[in-house]
Amino acid sequence: MIALRRPRMSRLAWHEARSGLLFLSPWIIGFLAFTLIPIVATLIFTFLNIKLNQDVPLRFVGFDNYLALFGDSQVWDSLLVTLKFAAISLPVAVVLPFAVALLLNSRSLRGSSLFRVLFFMPYTVPFVAGVLIWAQMLNSDSGWINGLLGVVGIQGPDWLNDQGWVYPGLVIIGIWGIGGGIIVNQAGLRGIPTELYDAARIDGAGWWGQLRHVTLPMMSPVIFYTLVLAVVEVLQYFLVPLVLNQGTGEPGGSTRFFNLYLYQTFFSYQDMSYGATLAWLLFIITLAFTGILFWSARFWVYYAGEGSSS
Amino acid sequence: MSVAAQRPIPALPLQKTQTHRRRSLRETRNSFLVTFFSVLVIAAFLSPLLRSFALSFQTPEQISQVDAPLWPASPLTFQYQGREFPVYKVSINGVTKEMALVKKGRTESQLVDPANPGAGQITWQGAWRTLQPALTFDPTFDNYTDVWRLLNYPRLLFNTAAIALIGLIGTVVSCTLVAYGFARFRFPGRSFLFLILISTIFLPAAVTLIPTYTIFVKLGWVGTWLPLLVPTFFANAYDVFLLRQYLLTIPREMDEAAAIDGAGPLRTLISVIVPQAWPVIIAVAIFHLVYSWNDFFAPLIYLSTKPELQTLAVGLAQFSANRSAQEPGLIQAGTLLTLIVPVILFLIFQRVFMRGVVITGVEK
Repeated sequence: MIALRRPRMSRLAWHEARSGLLFLSPWIIGFLAFTLIPIVATLIFTFLNIKLNQDVPLRFVGFDNYLALFGDSQVWDSLLVTLKFAAISLPVAVVLPFAVALLLNSRSLRGSSLFRVLFFMPYTVPFVAGVLIWAQMLNSDSGWINGLLGVVGIQGPDWLNDQGWVYPGLVIIGIWGIGGGIIVNQAGLRGIPTELYDAARIDGAGWWGQLRHVTLPMMSPVIFYTLVLAVVEVLQYFLVPLVLNQGTGEPGGSTRFFNLYLYQTFFSYQDMSYGATLAWLLFIITLAFTGILFWSARFWVYYAGEGSSS
Repeated sequence: MSVAAQRPIPALPLQKTQTHRRRSLRETRNSFLVTFFSVLVIAAFLSPLLRSFALSFQTPEQISQVDAPLWPASPLTFQYQGREFPVYKVSINGVTKEMALVKKGRTESQLVDPANPGAGQITWQGAWRTLQPALTFDPTFDNYTDVWRLLNYPRLLFNTAAIALIGLIGTVVSCTLVAYGFARFRFPGRSFLFLILISTIFLPAAVTLIPTYTIFVKLGWVGTWLPLLVPTFFANAYDVFLLRQYLLTIPREMDEAAAIDGAGPLRTLISVIVPQAWPVIIAVAIFHLVYSWNDFFAPLIYLSTKPELQTLAVGLAQFSANRSAQEPGLIQAGTLLTLIVPVILFLIFQRVFMRGVVITGVEK
């Protein structure tokens, strides 16, 4: 395309294009070296037999790695673990930042900028530190959460060591990560024209009516965006359990997440080809989920600029 | 989407028309309730920090005491006739006093008043087991001095800071160059390249990880800082986007004046653009520092064979794994020593930091 246009471009325009591409070159080189070529290489790896800890001759193995996926129960068990956790954590990851942003944007709140800083602050706590602090809070005997439940007469569970409670426990550990979502939601709320609320009030809408008929439709692009990012993130989830129990999958295999299996395959067992196959599977699953989300967006995401129905 | 997000939003003016007294009374009540509720929520949200802070000053014995209070407390003792005796809270004639228990008995005990030991022993009727021990504020600093040594804190701090600062130079330089290229030059395919740049934000890391790791192994870079540092010199989508959005708001007149004076594009960038772009460059620098300080996965896989080159985040995770739950005070001391730098950086630069989150998070 560039070659076709070149005769048409003036000397000055050509000069400008050359300078622009020169300034872009760090990113272009980086994109090729750390993104594009690795993606293609990941695909090529899946048809080979690369193991870094064994000196086997490099060989084209066809679809062997893919066929192995079907016979590998760990793949499907870990996918199921990941989906179960996603079902619990995604609603929290979307609703909680939205709810806090609503609170921060409330006209009745005094000192909202101070609250905003305090709600955001834990977002900058190193994730390992956050995990260790919250694991302490969730301790079944000495943790404050069970202490508080005890005050109201509830015997709290052994959160992180009980198969029935470990996912809610992990969601609680992740709660300090909502800062980014709060800021994005808050900016979205501030972008809603006040006339819409005035009109709704004239129509007799109360707090709930305004939330339901003005805030939620106007916020649907932001909610969509946080949902897409949260889906991409949750499908790759595994670092928190890795810090908590060094990837043992305790309690009872319920923290053997898909990405943990991927990590152990390429890092602990140095099996690059099978690891790449798992990565490719994860990529396809991620694409499928985000694809479904983008398809569903036409039914529930309202873009003010398009002026379509609803 | 718009520049509105960058502009400070003025507080909503109180509507002057609402002079009605009942109305303003209701508003005051609402504002009290909402603010009070928010205080409760934020207290719960940040209480783990307080818990961690309190634990970091406690010995394992203090933590495992029955009915241990929230602060570092030890049972009070009193020296009487050359021996140590525990002090209890005793109610005598309706007044609660702290008394040393010198002779325990099932139905009556001998007490001494620490404030007036000369008065001798007092006989007290009642079961001593029902008494509450008197506690004294007794913080220990051993957790900090121990973790400083056991975690090899000075070394890990140096590694973490060095990796963050070298990466900061790489990020700021490369992202400024690339953002300048996107913001100021017209060429075919520019918007397509920009779209690709933005879409890399949504790409799962797993899909590029394995070949990249393999290449770093083959190059012999695993066990060095190079896999953590080299990629920072090739720009990243978030920071390029942030810088570009800002550069687009800088008027072109001064660039053009510089060009007429014979300055080349690089000269213009350094002497005209950069001096006007300090706020966003500082934002990118802070972002990178916090990101790099908190990064766990990259140092984990690339430095696992070299503990002496490791960063604080990974060092802390391994330290806590080896120590298990026996010494919560020690682990929380290490935790606080790890989080203190990024949290203070954030609190100093919070305005710049959060505005950056708005721009990268909302406008894409």
